[in-house]
Amino acid sequence: MAQQSLDIERRSATTTPSPNMRGHVAEVAKLIDISKCIGCKACQSACMEWNDYRGNVGTCDGTYNNPFDLAANQWTVMRFTEYEPPGGNLEWLIRKDGCMHCAEPGCLKACPAPGAIVQYSNGIVDFHEEHCIGCGYCITGCPFNIPRLSDADSKVYKCTLCSDRVAVGLEPACIKSCPTGALVFGSKDDMRQHAAGRIEDLKSRGYKNAGLYDPQGVGGTHVMYVLPHADRPQIYAGLPKDPHISPLVSLWKGALKPLMSLGLGVIAFAGVIHYVGVGPNETKDDKSKVDKSSEHRDQ
Amino acid sequence: MDNEPMIERYGTQDRITHWVTAILFVLMALSGLALFHPAFFFLTNFFGGGSWTRILHPFMGVLTLLSFLLLAARFGRDNRITEADRQWGKHLGEFIRNREDNLPEIGKYNLGQKYLFWTLVVTILLLFASGMVIWQPYFAPAFSIGVIRIAVVVHALAAFVAIAAIIIHIYAALWVKGSIRAMTRGKVTPAWARQHHATWYREIRKEAK
Repeated sequence: MAQQSLDIERRSATTTPSPNMRGHVAEVAKLIDISKCIGCKACQSACMEWNDYRGNVGTCDGTYNNPFDLAANQWTVMRFTEYEPPGGNLEWLIRKDGCMHCAEPGCLKACPAPGAIVQYSNGIVDFHEEHCIGCGYCITGCPFNIPRLSDADSKVYKCTLCSDRVAVGLEPACIKSCPTGALVFGSKDDMRQHAAGRIEDLKSRGYKNAGLYDPQGVGGTHVMYVLPHADRPQIYAGLPKDPHISPLVSLWKGALKPLMSLGLGVIAFAGVIHYVGVGPNETKDDKSKVDKSSEHRDQ
Repeated sequence: MDNEPMIERYGTQDRITHWVTAILFVLMALSGLALFHPAFFFLTNFFGGGSWTRILHPFMGVLTLLSFLLLAARFGRDNRITEADRQWGKHLGEFIRNREDNLPEIGKYNLGQKYLFWTLVVTILLLFASGMVIWQPYFAPAFSIGVIRIAVVVHALAAFVAIAAIIIHIYAALWVKGSIRAMTRGKVTPAWARQHHATWYREIRKEAK
């Protein structure tokens, strides 16, 4: 739901400016330090508690992934991967998955319902479910496979980065619950700085490819990872190496949308011009000429 | 006018099938455009709001397909493109300028009408196929995201072509006087038939004898 104290950068399916009179809002970010995560799932529980949802009881697929996937009532999950680096020891990779809060959100670009998806000036991308029409276009637009359509109400749900808490100066619920400091929250600049320190530490401990995951293909994200193996994000349960809005979605909601709408108007208007210019095609009662041919045939 | 009786061009079933399809097509175009560009979102008001538009559009789409298939079955035979149509096509520029003296004689439909017919056959089948792929919440979850992304683009492109074709179809009906009466009341004057579809006119006359 809209937060009165938060400026809005853009709204879905809206061509006029969004409520944005403050103009001095700092971008926020959540930093997930994968090297510090122990997979305790406290953040999952905190998310359920604050946002007041309860997932369905699922099934065990033989891994520690529990629940197995994101859902309309499961906005974050730990994804566990057993990874054997070439010539090295087994590494247990644990990635907290959820909305990345892209600077250029594919969900918002694809959404046809005005104001159902908003991007606050602080960078949080939020779904306003009361305006959602349940078409699932946001799922089509998302490069990270995050939004989920609810069976209960045909609305889409995902992590809000606790926009309601952030609006009143609190940190997101998951951050508050993290026992190891793997989750930190603050201004995006501060988080970059914090990450730089962590990456330096990881490099000193032999992770020479350690780095920050803030993919520029989507304009950067407001959820960032510190990855010990930043050269291969895919090993972290399929984190995309170079995520971007699909060219098909860009074509659909970029060029085609205005051009085809304009095209239909031009075609209709061309009819008006033709009618005024050339006039109607009346039936001419030119009996002599037409009758001749028909008589000729009838004989 | 001559004393010849009016000629039946479209029987009652033809007309009913046409207008059922036409009404459904207009509803599909309005509800589809509503979800395509924000400038058209207000059209959701005609369908009971955004969610209702999203719910109704695909169900109406299935009805549109069924209705159109009936229409295509009735009209398909007369829409096969012939050599005479190709000759007629070379004179399209004259036809558009209302200069009809040198137009070759043609059957029940001219080349433009036949192109409209086949354009709709192709686009409506594409719209149905791609529409199934993106139909939430029933069928879309069965398809991969890559297929869904192709389907949304195909759906938008096919809809554009179909709506553009129908705008031209409606305009042509308004432009060529006597056409609307043909599809509302079924009959045309002999002079109309001779002027626009001389070959068809002679076939009808021959049968009447």
